[in-house]
Amino acid sequence: MQSTAYDEMQSADGSHRIHYRRYCAWLESQAPDRLARRRAEADSLFHRVGITFAVYGEDEGSERLIPFDIVPRILAAAEWQSLDAGLRQRVRALNAFLNDVYHDQEILRAGRIPSELILCNAQYRPEMQGIDVPGRIYAHMAGIDVVRGATGEFYVLEDNLRVPSGVSYMLENRKMMMRLFPELFSRHSVAPVEHYPDVLLENLRSVAPVGAADPTVVLLTPGAHNSAYFEHAFLAQQMGVELVEGQDLFVRDEAVFMRTTRGPRRVDVIYRRIDDDFLDPLAFRPDSTLGVPGLLSAYRAGRVTIANAIGTGIADDKSIYPYVPDMIEFYLGERPLIANVETYVLRQKEHLEYALAHLEELVVKEVHGAGGYGMLIGPAASREQLAEFRARIRANPERYIAQPTLALSTCPTFAGATLAPRHIDLRPYVLSGRDLTIVPGGLTRVALAAGSLVVNSSQGGGTKDTWVLES
Amino acid sequence: MLARTADHLYWMSRFIERAECLARMLDAHYRHSLLPHTADVLARDWRATLASLGVLDLYLARHGTLQPDTAFDFLAFDREHAGSIVSCWRSARENARAVRGTITSEMWETLNSTWLEIRQYESDHADHDSGDFLEWVRYRAHLSRGVTLGTMLRDEAFRFTRIGTFIEGADATARMLLARAHGSPGPSDDAAGPDAYGWTLLLRSLSAFEVYRKVYRDAVTPRRVTELLVLRDDLPRSLGRCTSEIYQNLREVANDQSAETERRAGSLYSEFHFGRLEQLLAPGLQSFLYGFLAQVHDLGDRIAQDFLVPPVLI
Repeated sequence: MQSTAYDEMQSADGSHRIHYRRYCAWLESQAPDRLARRRAEADSLFHRVGITFAVYGEDEGSERLIPFDIVPRILAAAEWQSLDAGLRQRVRALNAFLNDVYHDQEILRAGRIPSELILCNAQYRPEMQGIDVPGRIYAHMAGIDVVRGATGEFYVLEDNLRVPSGVSYMLENRKMMMRLFPELFSRHSVAPVEHYPDVLLENLRSVAPVGAADPTVVLLTPGAHNSAYFEHAFLAQQMGVELVEGQDLFVRDEAVFMRTTRGPRRVDVIYRRIDDDFLDPLAFRPDSTLGVPGLLSAYRAGRVTIANAIGTGIADDKSIYPYVPDMIEFYLGERPLIANVETYVLRQKEHLEYALAHLEELVVKEVHGAGGYGMLIGPAASREQLAEFRARIRANPERYIAQPTLALSTCPTFAGATLAPRHIDLRPYVLSGRDLTIVPGGLTRVALAAGSLVVNSSQGGGTKDTWVLES
Repeated sequence: MLARTADHLYWMSRFIERAECLARMLDAHYRHSLLPHTADVLARDWRATLASLGVLDLYLARHGTLQPDTAFDFLAFDREHAGSIVSCWRSARENARAVRGTITSEMWETLNSTWLEIRQYESDHADHDSGDFLEWVRYRAHLSRGVTLGTMLRDEAFRFTRIGTFIEGADATARMLLARAHGSPGPSDDAAGPDAYGWTLLLRSLSAFEVYRKVYRDAVTPRRVTELLVLRDDLPRSLGRCTSEIYQNLREVANDQSAETERRAGSLYSEFHFGRLEQLLAPGLQSFLYGFLAQVHDLGDRIAQDFLVPPVLI
């Protein structure tokens, strides 16, 4: 499997790919101790700036760094153009699907997706039925995970439409690279990503409720103990909006206000980084102390915009994923530009039988799982693990999907003092407002352990700066 | 601005100031301890310092007897003691982290790196000279102040930061005077009296010794030191200066319900601005200082009520 993975830097004959040539020439000219010094510098800068993710239950000093690798992941202009087009198409279809599911449900009536798969899904929010959201946009921020297969073609592995995270690392990684190796940026024309917060703010303001002349946007965080708190604070600061917690907001007469030093102030748009379940204790989980009582009523009355909308989870659920290509055809009348990974839906009998017979070749995922938890990687699993999963799948087949184990592409990465190939993926961020915007590139995540296919930061993954070359 | 944000900013700057004042206080102690003294005198000094900070009982309950090293660790490094330098910095940093999007990134980096370095000191403080550590804390406080004044927009956030700083500063200067005044009926004019050196050290630990020379061009007497530290509103850490800053900054953030707080701050300020030392000290230096501390405490409570944790209005 390792031998068949696509190498981002080198082609099969061992020569450097064209878009990597200039970088490789530079890399070969660098003294090893200069690179080592730069890597140490990056670590200490990330620490000082506090670009960390909090680890629950540990002392505040042991907030961890997400390891940063100094070798960039480079995409050629043409590669990016086709990715960009495919991502736009996909997110347009996903938003159309969400609008349809929460209105007329034509796609269900047309029989393209089984109704019970939607209506019996915990991610489907009946509270959203019939609500018109501004611009018919549900997923204002989408993180679409794409991977490259053995022949270099891209696949979408997963859609993230609830509260996708990681964009702050994309921005900070670029800043770090420019600080460590300014000379590289004078040799390459790397497409900039720094305008992301501006686009985000403009989009959020564009979806404010009708009548809000100068809309007030806030970012709602679960608080300083949340693992992604750095990102929340960072984005709020970059956009110049208030970073609020649930306790800072209250609802009066179906409008949302924040408590300020000069009394209540109206809030028009909430960029929330809290899951649906915790948003409003009156509507969802009553034990939630993170949310705002009455928020749903204000939202239903159209007095506040919540981004992403409530109920987007129905479109990124892993049981719905296999139907995204159908959505593209159904809503846009187009052929999907980026393919899905072949997926066995284990609630279907023939798929189940195949998966149980080929478990040691497959990756099995929980339908509602996220973050790389609750996952089986067949080829790497022990006999006991396989047996355990087989039993779990038999007990609740509808909870699982299975996919062939992909030979994710590799990119040279520092392992100790030397470079070694490590598997990577890519999460581009797609912003929907009046227009659809994708900053070139995204976040490249890298599995740091040799041979590992799990790139999640909670599972020991690192990140790289991602370059899209403009020429 | 968000009330909770103002609250974090206010407490962030209070804790930074508190850490600095503790370092200044311990520094005076440390220098004093280098002079030839009997163990009795040293113990008495520690007693006065701990009492003026209001933690003497807590200390005795935890440690029994007064040992200079234990007392030093209690005020400098003890994480279990919320009033130690390390605990104050930790609280300052936690508050800063909660509003890292509001303060400038230079401020955040300064506070964060201070905390990371403190952890270094903590892990090997046996190898360090106490004097080094205290000097380092003061240096980091200068840096924090500089980055605040040098980078922050002069908006509401800045005002709440300043209010926190000067509420704490007023409290600290009063407590340092209190520690020196302990046991003496009132500041005398006698330059050669008992503890004469102690008054000089007080000036030094408040960075006011050279100022004293410049203003008085004369020997150090307890009465003049008191006058300088209480009344001079051109001296950065004097009670007069701190109350003036509190009042000015409060006026900038006034809201619908803060009129009474503003009035009290103004009245306190004018006592120093227009009052005479004899008048202020009529009840005795200690009583005056305890009265002052109570007024500062009252202001702190009222600021919290008016701005920081406003009652829920639904």
